Amino acid sequence: MSAAGAPAADAASAAPVLAVRERRAARWLLAPALAVIAVFFALPILAALALSFTDFDIYALGDLHFLRFVGLDNYGELLASPRFWTALRNTLVFTLVGGPLSVAVSLAAALAVSARLARFRAFFRTVFFLPTVTTLVAVAVVWRYLYHPREGLLNQMLATLGIAPVDWLGDPHWALPSLILLAVWKNFGFNMILFVAGLQAIPAQLHEAAAIDGASAWRGLRDVTLPLLAPTLVFVAVMTAIGHLQLFAEPYVMTGGGPSDATLSIVLLMYEEGFRWWNMGQAAAVAFVLFALILVATAVQLRWARGPAR
Amino acid sequence: MRLPAARSTPLRARRRLRGALAAGLAAGLAALLGAGGAGCGRAEAPASELRLWAMGREGEVVAALLPGFAVRHPGIRVQVQQVPWSAAHEKLLTAYAGDAMPDLFQLGNTWVPEFVALRALEPLDARIAASRSVVPEDYFPGIWATNAIGGVTYGVPWYVDTRVLFYRRDWLARAGFAQMPGTWAGWREALEALRARLGDAGFPILLPLDEWAAPVLLALQRGAPLLRDDASHADFDEPRFREALAFYVGLFRSGLAPPRGAAAVGNLYRDFAAGRFVMLLTGPWNLGEFAQRLPAELQDAWATAPLPAPEGPGPGLSLAGGASLAVHRGSAHKDAAFQLIEYLSEPEQQAAFHRLSGDLPARRSAWERAGLRDDRHARAFWVQLQAVASPPRIPEWERVAERIARAAEEVVRGERSLDAAVAALDGDVERLLAKRRWMLARGLGEAASGEAP
Repeated sequence: MSAAGAPAADAASAAPVLAVRERRAARWLLAPALAVIAVFFALPILAALALSFTDFDIYALGDLHFLRFVGLDNYGELLASPRFWTALRNTLVFTLVGGPLSVAVSLAAALAVSARLARFRAFFRTVFFLPTVTTLVAVAVVWRYLYHPREGLLNQMLATLGIAPVDWLGDPHWALPSLILLAVWKNFGFNMILFVAGLQAIPAQLHEAAAIDGASAWRGLRDVTLPLLAPTLVFVAVMTAIGHLQLFAEPYVMTGGGPSDATLSIVLLMYEEGFRWWNMGQAAAVAFVLFALILVATAVQLRWARGPAR
Repeated sequence: MRLPAARSTPLRARRRLRGALAAGLAAGLAALLGAGGAGCGRAEAPASELRLWAMGREGEVVAALLPGFAVRHPGIRVQVQQVPWSAAHEKLLTAYAGDAMPDLFQLGNTWVPEFVALRALEPLDARIAASRSVVPEDYFPGIWATNAIGGVTYGVPWYVDTRVLFYRRDWLARAGFAQMPGTWAGWREALEALRARLGDAGFPILLPLDEWAAPVLLALQRGAPLLRDDASHADFDEPRFREALAFYVGLFRSGLAPPRGAAAVGNLYRDFAAGRFVMLLTGPWNLGEFAQRLPAELQDAWATAPLPAPEGPGPGLSLAGGASLAVHRGSAHKDAAFQLIEYLSEPEQQAAFHRLSGDLPARRSAWERAGLRDDRHARAFWVQLQAVASPPRIPEWERVAERIARAAEEVVRGERSLDAAVAALDGDVERLLAKRRWMLARGLGEAASGEAP
């Protein structure tokens, strides 16, 4: 640790001499990137914010005279709309159930393919990673067959156990859990690779030392592996939560938000408002509510991650 | 696979692949001929380039009709742009927003009010009145009317589309019915008899819960107004709509139709062949599909019938669907564009278009010419097309319709009572129409103008 800190201290002491020239150069080097961010990122976001205070719709697209400034009405209508609360509940269930499940499965898979006793590790790593790089539309076609109430593999397996068939995507109670299962299967490979990288960074000596001290495999995992994996874990948890809050493609291709809005998500609601009904004002309001939600969720997670360290 | 976006296309998201190769060859040939024709034209008159957007299968085959046009109008060069149905609506809207509209385009007739609201369409009344080839009397009146908003005509029907019942004659006979009953009561009786015959093997009728066509056309049949006061207020909390909704919901509640969405249907044709359902409410694109996909031994067993009416006699109303040809208001080649509409509207071209695409011709005289009047499966469409109505023609319609389907689903699934669902539907639609009321109140007539059914 101290060896790693020394060069940084040297650089800090040399900083004042180079500061002016370096800063000027840095500014020029950063300028293109900042300009691109301003034009393609900041500006559209500000425009969307302005849009969310108007009732921009198909009439306004035809003639801007039909555009009205409505203040916070879009937000008020949104909070008063039962569909928004349905979408919010579905999105939160998807995130709070699907997120931890996804992290747990990818961690388990990472531990399994990293275990020294495991054979064909490269093979399994590749197989587990395949769903991540397959396009969702192709996956959806296959999974729709798996979930088919009459011919689906899943129900046929249940039938051999004597369990009555389940209408996976057609029953409002089962549709969201079905999508969670699909999403976990589709996405765990990516997080698994991150965990594998994190695990490889843990020195083997620590495990050996723990083993010599008589630690069981479980203690080793709890007191050696997990604490040292914490930075990776925080990163994976935050990225998974953000990804899950932006749930869109799964319900879009699998269920269209149905049955009975059971799989309607916030982003799907935004898509419908904006691109199906062309209510850009309302859609922009949904986008900013989602933005606030992601901001809060990320802040909470970072706080929680920092907590134990203090 | 059906993407949600495809559902908003007017009744015809699914297209046939058969003949794609032939059409490709024809299109290639046409391109060669077309290029030749335009080359000659340039020598005689200054060429004007006409941009035409056509969707899906229509976009594939329309080029095969154009050589004849090139011979007659050597000065006009037509450039066809093919747009997939699933993206057509967004493409047209973005083209409008980006000021890149084609001169002439195919437009699903449920989209007409929206593009009128955008002021994107050229009124065609004067041109139609002066035309010798576009004869309004030769069209199905219900379909023609879908192109008129506030008394102004904005499009000329190109092909027509509506919904009828496709059913298994053998199963219906086994249940004791020689033919499809013509009234709601008889229909229901037949469905009950079928349920008794089928047992657990299947359902008498397939009505996907997330599609609005069935509840809406039943309400139109009952004479429900749906909206009132120049389509500016919701009008669902009234006896006729309630009665239609109760009939529709009853089909599910009595186990006559499976309470599932369209996505839950695996393979429609195999399920139909296996007797998992006996009736289906669908459109002309399935004429070709059924002929092609059902096994040979079932080809005599399936039939089509116009919709039953609440009391009979005569068919009950169905939805006026199809697509029209419309001219962009900002086009620099409106005369040339209308000349192409005139050409494509000629009965010979309509019949040729049917042979190429399978679409049902918009002109009645073209039905004779194409031999459709004698086709036993197309006959139900001929009868039904005399009795079609369009739902309220306002830009907000699709959204209102989705809300109606959702209200029906709520009652079917027992999430709400019929009374509560109708009241909620009324409230929601009332909110959807707020902007429209504001426009009407300020006398912004043209953009907000619409027509109740």
